[in-house]
Amino acid sequence: MKAFLIKYDRIISVLAVILGVFVILNTLIEAGVFSNYIRGILILVMIAIIMATSLNIATGFLGQLVLGHAGFMALGAYGAALSAIALREVIPSDLVLFLVATAIAMAISLLAGLVVGTPALRLRGDYLGIMTLGFGEIVKVILTNLEVTNGAQGLTRIPRIMSFPVAYFTMAVVVVIIALFMNSRHGRAMISIREDEIASESVGINVTRYKIIGFLMAAMFGGVGGSVYAFHIGFLSPTTFGFVRSIDIFVIVVLGGMGSLSGAVIAASVLTFLPEFLRDFANYRLLVYSALLVLTMLFRPQGLMGTKEIVISFRRFSDKIRAFWMKHRKTKAIEGGTDHGNP
Amino acid sequence: MAILDINDLSISFGGLKAVDGFRLTIGENELVGLIGPNGAGKTTVFNLLTGVYKPTGGTITLSGTDVSKLKPSDIVLLGSSRTFQNIRLFKNMSVLDNIRVAYHHRMRYSLLEGVFKTKRFRDEERESHEVAHALLDVFNMDAYAHDLARNLPYGKQRKLEIARALATGPKLLLLDEPAAGMNPQETEELMETIRLIKDTFKVSILLIEHDMRLVMGICERIVVLDYGKIIATGIPDEIKKHPDVIRAYLGG
Repeated sequence: MKAFLIKYDRIISVLAVILGVFVILNTLIEAGVFSNYIRGILILVMIAIIMATSLNIATGFLGQLVLGHAGFMALGAYGAALSAIALREVIPSDLVLFLVATAIAMAISLLAGLVVGTPALRLRGDYLGIMTLGFGEIVKVILTNLEVTNGAQGLTRIPRIMSFPVAYFTMAVVVVIIALFMNSRHGRAMISIREDEIASESVGINVTRYKIIGFLMAAMFGGVGGSVYAFHIGFLSPTTFGFVRSIDIFVIVVLGGMGSLSGAVIAASVLTFLPEFLRDFANYRLLVYSALLVLTMLFRPQGLMGTKEIVISFRRFSDKIRAFWMKHRKTKAIEGGTDHGNP
Repeated sequence: MAILDINDLSISFGGLKAVDGFRLTIGENELVGLIGPNGAGKTTVFNLLTGVYKPTGGTITLSGTDVSKLKPSDIVLLGSSRTFQNIRLFKNMSVLDNIRVAYHHRMRYSLLEGVFKTKRFRDEERESHEVAHALLDVFNMDAYAHDLARNLPYGKQRKLEIARALATGPKLLLLDEPAAGMNPQETEELMETIRLIKDTFKVSILLIEHDMRLVMGICERIVVLDYGKIIATGIPDEIKKHPDVIRAYLGG
């Protein structure tokens, strides 16, 4: 069966697109076409993509309302920052330091996810939303009151070791892993829970287990986003990770389309850049931003992509172009024919 | 050995005894009908059998294992699966994927194998594809494989739900009002389908239904429930003439 050969075409296409986009953006940055300011925003885009795609696991695919995703981001950010400060002397390489710190960040977020997720996932819908919202606030309060995080004054002395390539490839790895995961029996099980929990239980899916797995994955990759953020900004304050940030991430997921990774990537890019481009409108900036959200929801309530994905495949692309070309030629021929018939 | 052996099954909600002293044995490849007026407790029996409710008394033995305290998903693994009175499909998934979800527990590859797409992943996924297509073929629905389940016509949705239940590899199939909302012609087709399932998959079937033509037409044995209690058991012809059954349905 053709469908189950390893699809080299797909693998090559995806790798080519990932590398292609990287080369273009990186060249523009290196050549100085993009200012340092735009480079900074691009890294923020990468962080937004990581946060949105990770939240998409819990909210888009699993269908659970999670309003405290910034809590996991905060734990990841602080965990990575503190371990990097401690390990700075031991590990001279920036990249290795980032990887080690990110691994620690993931472990911390994962642990937090387990502690919160196990009781929380007994709840459904709005109740779960309120509980996760509470979790986010608890994290914020704890970080404000701890000695080691330097409380409300914020954590400084974080090595600013984030470069655009590292941020970009971290994002690519996270998105690819999530995409690969969703395309397996485990991913299907999660989507079936979103569609109908009772039915999925009745075909033998252990609903509790998959809810926790999904929640943990979201938490873990959320921690990765926090780590990238910490090394990019170099300063962390608990207020950065408040309710508003959770909502920002949530908005990206809803706008991109619940359950669409490509939607989350697009929406994260647009919604991070948009407020910056709107700076020309000064005072009306936030108004325009909000109005755009309202309009999108009015005219496309399922989000930009719905649950669809953009399939990256050169072969499919060339097939489509060929099909279009053939159709075009055929209509031309027919038109030509009628021209002859009716002079 | 009996596939299903229910002994003295009871459940009460507060003071209401919804099911009281229910007993039933279903043998291999047998087709049993469960009927009764509205509110008699038929669906409650199903919910007890599938683990949605936990019984307050009695035992349910499925192929030798007591399942009365198990979770719904674990009961499915022991070989019983169901359809619902109001269709519950995974509406935004393709017809094929609806069935592949039900094939989930018959695959073994782990989370990491799923991410790295190992050989086992590819083998088992291929198998799930083949099984799903074969099942759709039986139901004459292979042409719809890549449509979203929500876009199927009503009768086909019913069929898909049955196909999905069969994909779990059950020994016992529980059908909750499969003919609900169908016109006479569709019901006729459904009767054929149920016979076909019974012969092809060698499953035992327990069926709740209001359409008497269907029940009397295909069931080998019928159990009548009223106010949570069994009022009659027997072959269709006995049930038709049974005075208690007539009284339950017509009053008096």
